[in-house]
Amino acid sequence: MIEFRIPLGAWVDAGVDWILENLAALFDVVKVVFKSSYDGIEWVLLTPSFPIILVALVAIGWLVKNWKFALGTAVGLVLIYGVNQWEAAMESLALVLLASLIAVIISVPLGILAAKSDRISAVVKPLLDFLQTMPAFVYLIPAVALFSVGVVPGVVATILFAMAPGARFTELGIRGVDKEVVEAGQAFGSTPWRILRQIQIPLAMPTIMAGINQVIMLSLSMVVIAGLVGAGGLGGEVVNALQRIDIGLGFEAGISVVILAIYLDRLSASLGRPSRAASMA
Amino acid sequence: MNESIVLEAKGLYKVFGRRPQEAVKKLAAGQSREELSKMGTAAVIDASFQVRRGEIFVVMGLSGSGKSTLIRMLNGLLPATAGQVSVSGTDLVGISDKALRKLRQQKISMVFQHFALMPHRTVLENAAYALEVQGIDRAEREARALKVLKLVGLEGWEQKYPGQLSGGMKQRVGLARALAAETDILLMDEAFSALDPLIRREMQEQLITLQRELGKTIIFITHDLNEAMLLGDRIAMMHDGRIVQIGSPDEILKQPTNDYVEQFVQDVDRTRVLTAGVVMDSTPDHVTAASLPGATTVSEDAPLADILGLAADSRRPLAVVDGDDHVIGSVGQETLLSALSNSAPAAESAAVTKAPGGDATDRTAHNSAEGIQ
Repeated sequence: MIEFRIPLGAWVDAGVDWILENLAALFDVVKVVFKSSYDGIEWVLLTPSFPIILVALVAIGWLVKNWKFALGTAVGLVLIYGVNQWEAAMESLALVLLASLIAVIISVPLGILAAKSDRISAVVKPLLDFLQTMPAFVYLIPAVALFSVGVVPGVVATILFAMAPGARFTELGIRGVDKEVVEAGQAFGSTPWRILRQIQIPLAMPTIMAGINQVIMLSLSMVVIAGLVGAGGLGGEVVNALQRIDIGLGFEAGISVVILAIYLDRLSASLGRPSRAASMA
Repeated sequence: MNESIVLEAKGLYKVFGRRPQEAVKKLAAGQSREELSKMGTAAVIDASFQVRRGEIFVVMGLSGSGKSTLIRMLNGLLPATAGQVSVSGTDLVGISDKALRKLRQQKISMVFQHFALMPHRTVLENAAYALEVQGIDRAEREARALKVLKLVGLEGWEQKYPGQLSGGMKQRVGLARALAAETDILLMDEAFSALDPLIRREMQEQLITLQRELGKTIIFITHDLNEAMLLGDRIAMMHDGRIVQIGSPDEILKQPTNDYVEQFVQDVDRTRVLTAGVVMDSTPDHVTAASLPGATTVSEDAPLADILGLAADSRRPLAVVDGDDHVIGSVGQETLLSALSNSAPAAESAAVTKAPGGDATDRTAHNSAEGIQ
């Protein structure tokens, strides 16, 4: 047999070591920012008693969709509370909200740049494919090395994993905007920035929102995995159940993830639906 | 540059592909565009023309003739591969982005084939868009947009969204948006092609009416020769990227420069293109004869289609009058028939010639009609 070994792992090791030595300060800042943001959101979700948050989430469901959805939300949330997973669910929700928010803040502008330039698109696309297809667990290892265990490596791994559809859908949406309408903007002397703001983003909005919906769903699927590195929440419960082969606990935590997922999915999907007037055009 | 020339194109080329400059050199040296297909697609080849202030200049060609590419070079939406465009004295070659935007805001606006309205904005906001880009404050731009919407007949629709409008109304918004910009030059890219025939006709007539009032310089792209003949003061015929003839509708109809144009012209409905003023006899004798009381009068702008029936029923030549009701010529049955020859279907000729019967007062017309029979 031929002795053949590419030391790829060693190179990545060396790279992460170098980052640890030289950029530790930067990562400390990131850690503090993420941790305090997470604590803030968690505080908002867990400080008020259960009925208050219940009413708030149901009301949002009613406003954004309809009474049926609001009713379903109420039943689901009461079930989560009933199986004693409320606190874990709110921790997970805080993690999903934070990770999705940051993923959207990074990925949507990235998608816009990719739509504007074929060259950027050619770089960004494979990078996103890499991020999304790399097994999610793998992110946890350097994340733990850089941020130690806890919520922050969970958030970071979630952002990396969930970012891709945000950028991809945004690029697709912007590129798909009716060329003639963009030309009209140019023909009347608009700047590229004004065309982006007033024509391309509004017309691409349904597609961008579909991407954001995907970002949220991927974040939620990552939440369980993040439980492995001590991010807590429903993921932590699942990990506990796994270690103790506690089928009952595993199911209770699992069904809570499902309820949260359905709530976030339907909510973000209907936010993306174009308004009445626009859809008739 | 001549004072009355507001837009001029000189030796314009547009080649899409990898080696456009090389392709232009070969084209200029006389190679055909098929020979260069490996180097790129030559959409526009050596186009030169001048557009005068206040005229409707129609660029007519089938799909693939390069007319849409040509119009996009006139406001810089597409940069020319070679050649020059000047708009109101400003040369578009090498112009900065900022200066180009300024030019588009102040000198040249555009109406699009598929309307290109913003679906998320109201009719009023769409009509005011050009003014918004110019930085005019909301109150003033809405007042001005409202005025233009009224002009195109959309009063009362300001708060609707484009999705709630029919095709013809959408294009009225597109027209209003371009008119509100108050530029001298208006580019219209197949502006009526996406509309139903009836609505198209209506819009063409409205454009003619508006043009009488506003006197814009309009460059109108179409693939419909009847439309070109109806609207155009002058027509540029395009074929395979080249302009093959430029002339008034009458010139194109009577003296097509090559087989391609001639073939086209055969399909034209002459009864709609030719007007009484174009075919009339205007020698003093005819004017005097037509001025006698009792003659049926027709406007000089009336298309022949509208006067065929009158001519058939009338025993005397029709008197052609100008806008002030002065008789300026006459149209007899003989004149009508010779104007319609080449293209008028047999049935139509028969209908005209049958009417005078044996008692025609105008002997020459009678004889001539018999001659044709």
